[in-house]
Amino acid sequence: MGETKQLVVVGNGMAGVACVEQILKHRHNFDITIFGDETHANYNRILLSMVLAGEKSPDDIVLNDEDWYRANGIRARLGVRIASIDRDHRVAIGENGETAAFDKLILATGSSALVPPIAGSNKKNVHVFRTLDDARALMEKSRPGVKAVVIGGGLLGLEAARGLQIRGCDVTVVHLLGTLMERQLDPTGGCFLERKMEALGIRVLLDRQTQALVGNGRVEGLKFATGEELDADLVVIAAGIRPNTELARRAGLEVHRGILVNDYLETSDPNIFAVGECTEHRGETFGLVAPLFEQGKVLAATITGNRGPVFSGAAPAAKLKIMGVDIFSAGRIDDTEAGVETVRFEDPGQGVYKKLLVKDNRLHGVILVGDASDEHRYMDWLRRATDLAPKRSHLLFPPPAEDLGLDAAQMSESDTVCGCLGVTKGAVIEAVHRLGVNTLAQLKDRTRASTGCGSCTALCQQLLRAVAPEFQEETKTTLCACVPFSYEQLRDIVRGQQLKSVQEVLNVYGNRKGCEVCKPALSYLLDMVWCGEHEEDRSARFINERVHANIQKDGSFSVVPRMRGGVTSPDELRRIADVADKYRVRMVKVTGSQRLDLLGVRKEDLPRIWADLGMPSGQAYSKGVRMVKTCVGTEFCRFGVQDSTAAGIELERRLENLYTPHKVKMGAVGCPRNCAEATVKDIGLVGQEGSWQVVVGGAAGKNVRKADLLITVETTQEALEAACLFFQYYRENANYLERTYDFVERTGIETVRKETVYAPEPERRKILDRLRASKAISKDAWLERDSPAHPTQFVQIQPMENAFV
Amino acid sequence: MIPECTWTRITATENIPPREGRPIRVGGLNIAIFNLNGRFLTIDNQCPHQGGPLCDGIVAGATVVCPLHGWRFDLETGMAVRASLPACITTYPTRVENGIILVALGAGSRVEPENSEAAA
Repeated sequence: MGETKQLVVVGNGMAGVACVEQILKHRHNFDITIFGDETHANYNRILLSMVLAGEKSPDDIVLNDEDWYRANGIRARLGVRIASIDRDHRVAIGENGETAAFDKLILATGSSALVPPIAGSNKKNVHVFRTLDDARALMEKSRPGVKAVVIGGGLLGLEAARGLQIRGCDVTVVHLLGTLMERQLDPTGGCFLERKMEALGIRVLLDRQTQALVGNGRVEGLKFATGEELDADLVVIAAGIRPNTELARRAGLEVHRGILVNDYLETSDPNIFAVGECTEHRGETFGLVAPLFEQGKVLAATITGNRGPVFSGAAPAAKLKIMGVDIFSAGRIDDTEAGVETVRFEDPGQGVYKKLLVKDNRLHGVILVGDASDEHRYMDWLRRATDLAPKRSHLLFPPPAEDLGLDAAQMSESDTVCGCLGVTKGAVIEAVHRLGVNTLAQLKDRTRASTGCGSCTALCQQLLRAVAPEFQEETKTTLCACVPFSYEQLRDIVRGQQLKSVQEVLNVYGNRKGCEVCKPALSYLLDMVWCGEHEEDRSARFINERVHANIQKDGSFSVVPRMRGGVTSPDELRRIADVADKYRVRMVKVTGSQRLDLLGVRKEDLPRIWADLGMPSGQAYSKGVRMVKTCVGTEFCRFGVQDSTAAGIELERRLENLYTPHKVKMGAVGCPRNCAEATVKDIGLVGQEGSWQVVVGGAAGKNVRKADLLITVETTQEALEAACLFFQYYRENANYLERTYDFVERTGIETVRKETVYAPEPERRKILDRLRASKAISKDAWLERDSPAHPTQFVQIQPMENAFV
Repeated sequence: MIPECTWTRITATENIPPREGRPIRVGGLNIAIFNLNGRFLTIDNQCPHQGGPLCDGIVAGATVVCPLHGWRFDLETGMAVRASLPACITTYPTRVENGIILVALGAGSRVEPENSEAAA
C-alpha cells in the first residue's frame, strides 16, 4: 500500500459513520478524521422517538461508542462544526479555527428540520425534533397535562406525537393536507391510520394550515388560516427536512436541492464525495435510512479505489415505529399511473388495510396498515422485480407453504436482510460460519442486523434457524392468541405505552375481546406495574378474585380467614364455630396450610360471613400470597434454635394481600428438622444455630422439588429482607401462572441471586421500594363487604316481576 | 324481535356491570344475563357439563367461559365453541326498555349441536 492519505469526514451521523464502517472493510491507506457538530457519539437517529417516549435511554441508541473510534484509529472531533472548505489547498476549516488537511473529503452533513414560514415560530416552547438535544429539550418540557401540538402528520411528526403522549401530554397532530403520511399512504390508508392514532388518544386535525403561533413570548396557541385557534403549551414542528448544503454551496460545489452526486457518489470536485441526506441523486433527495447505507457501500468502494458498484437509487420504503400501529409503505404508490392495477383488502373492524400496486406483473408499490407482517415478502418482490404472474391468486394472502422460510431460502446472498443497517443474507451466513453466531442476540451483537427498526427480526431468526448449526430459539412464548406478545414484551408495552386498563391493552395490541387466559394475566400485570394507578377491571378477573372466595364444583364458595403463621386464638375459633353454625356451613376443614376452611358458602352470604368472622382474608382463592406455615420454633420446642413462629408471622404481615403471578406459599422452621416443610415451599426460612437459610423455588405438588438456597444470613431482619427481595423479583419477572419453582429453574438460581440478594445496594433498595409501593395500596379484600366494587357484586338479583313459564 | 312472546321485567341495566354476568331466579328458571358493553344477552345459567354457574365466567368477546372447567359458549346462539362434547345452552330473547332489561322467558331456544362442530 502506498503512503497514508488523509480522509476527512464532515458529519458524524448515521450515513457518514456507516460509510466509514464500510471503508474499514476494504483495504485502504487512510488516516481518518470525523468532524461532528453534535457532541454525541454516533447514534441511531431513527430511534429518537423511542428516547422521547422513554422506551430507550440515549445510551441505548448509541451505534458507535468511543471505543469504536479508538479501536479503529479514527480521530473524532465532536462538537466542531466545519465552517468552510478551501478546495485549492484541500483544507477543511472549523468554526473554532481548527484546520484539517485532506486528500479526500466526504460530506455527510445530513439534513435539518424544515421550518415553514409561520409567524411566531421563534417563540419559547416551539421546537423541532431532529437531534438528541431536541429530544432532551422535549423530554424536559413534556409532562402530564401539557397541551402539545405537533405540526406535521408525516412519519416523524406522528412518532413525536406518540412520544409526547406517552409522557403524559395531551397531544394534537395538525396536518396541512387531508391525508396523514400522504407521501407513503393513499387516502384510505391515511384514514385507517387516523383512526389508529385517535384510538391511541391522539387528536388529528387535517387540512389545517398553521398561519401563526400566538402567545406572549411563550407559545400559547396556534392560529389556522381558517381563523380557528388551538391552545398549546408546547409546539413541535415536524414538517419535513431539507438537506444541509450550505457548506458545499460556499465551497462552490454543484448544488440543487441537495449536493449533486453521480452514481459513484462523486461530487463536482474529484476529491470530494457526499453521502446521506445531504445528497441529491438523479433528482431525488433522501430521508429514510436504507438508501443511505446503500450509498455508504458504493462510496466506500469508490473512495478505496474499487470504483465499480453504482448507486442506482433505492425503492423508497418507510415504516412507522409506533408500537401497535403497523404501517409499511414501499415503492411507488400513485395508482393513477398508466398500467397500474391495484389489489386491495380492507377490514375496518380489525383496522387492517392492504393495497398492492402491480404493473406489468411486477410489484410497483405496497401499502400495509394494521398488519405489516408481510413487509419482507413485498420488499423482496420490489427489489427483485419478481414476476407475479404465477402468484396472482395469492398476492395478499400467501398459501401456507410459502412462508417466510421459503422466501429466506430463495434470497440470494447479496440480498438485504436488514434494511436499516444494510446487512445482507451473505453477511448473516458469514457471521454464523466465521463468528459462531447461534442466537439472535449474538447476531445483533456481531452484525448489528435487526438493531435498527427491528422489523427484520423474524427474517433474521428464520435465517439463523436454517443455517446456524446450534440455533437457540429465544424462548419468548406469546401470552395467548388474543394478544400475540410475550409476557415480557407486554410488560414493556404496558410500561412504555402507559396503558392502564385491560381493555386498552386489548384494543391497541390485541383482538379487542380477550379471553380467560389473557384477561387475568393482564389484570395482574397492570396491578404490578402501576401499583393502583390503573383502572381495576373486575370483569377481567377470574370469579375467585371478583368475590374473594374459592369457587367449588357446585358453584358455592369456600372461606378461609387469615391465621398468620397458623396461630389462632380461642376467641377466633369461637367466632369461626358460630359462623359455621349460623350459615349452616357444610364442612369445616383444617387445610394443609395450617388454616380453617369453611366450605359450601353461598355467594350472597360472603359479606356477612366476613363481617361475623372479623378476620382478614386468607387469600386462599387468589394468585397471591397464601400463608407462611410455621413450627413452634423456640417458644415451646425443645429443639428450636430460631423463633420461626414470630419470623413467619412477620413475613406474612409484610407480604399479605399482594397479588403474584401464581400462588405463593411460604414456610418458616426453627431448626433443620423442617417440621413446617419450609424446603418445599415457594419461599422458606430455615433456622439454624446463629443463622437463617433463605430458600426459594420449592414444590410439593405434582412434582416435588427441594428449594434452592438463596442466601444464608445472621439475623431475622436480613432473612426477611432476602425473602422480600426474591418475592418482588418473582412478581416482576415471572410469567403469569408460572410458579416460583418453574421461574427459578428457568432463570437459574445464580441469576436470581445476582439480581436480588447480591445486587448492588441501590438496586436492592429499588426493588424493596417497589414492593413497599405495592404493599401501601394493597388492602384486605374482605373489606369489600362494606364497600363493594359494584352494588350487585355479591347480591342475588331479585326480578322486578315474577313470571310463570 | 318475536312479537307474540311475553316479556318479563327483570332488573335495571346498571345492576349488571359491563362484560360481567349476573344470575337471576325467575319463573322457575335459573338464568344469567350478560352485559356486552350495553348489549344484554340471556342464557341458562347452568353449564351442561357439570352445572357450573356461567354467570361467574369470564366474558371473551360475545362468549362466556365456564369458571369450572373452561367450556366456552357463544352468548348469542348458545352453541358451545369449546367443549369436550357437543353441547349447547338455551338462549332467551332480551331487550332493554327505559333502562330496564326484559327477557322473553317463554321463548327460549336451543340450537341442537351438530356432532362435528362443537367438539372441535
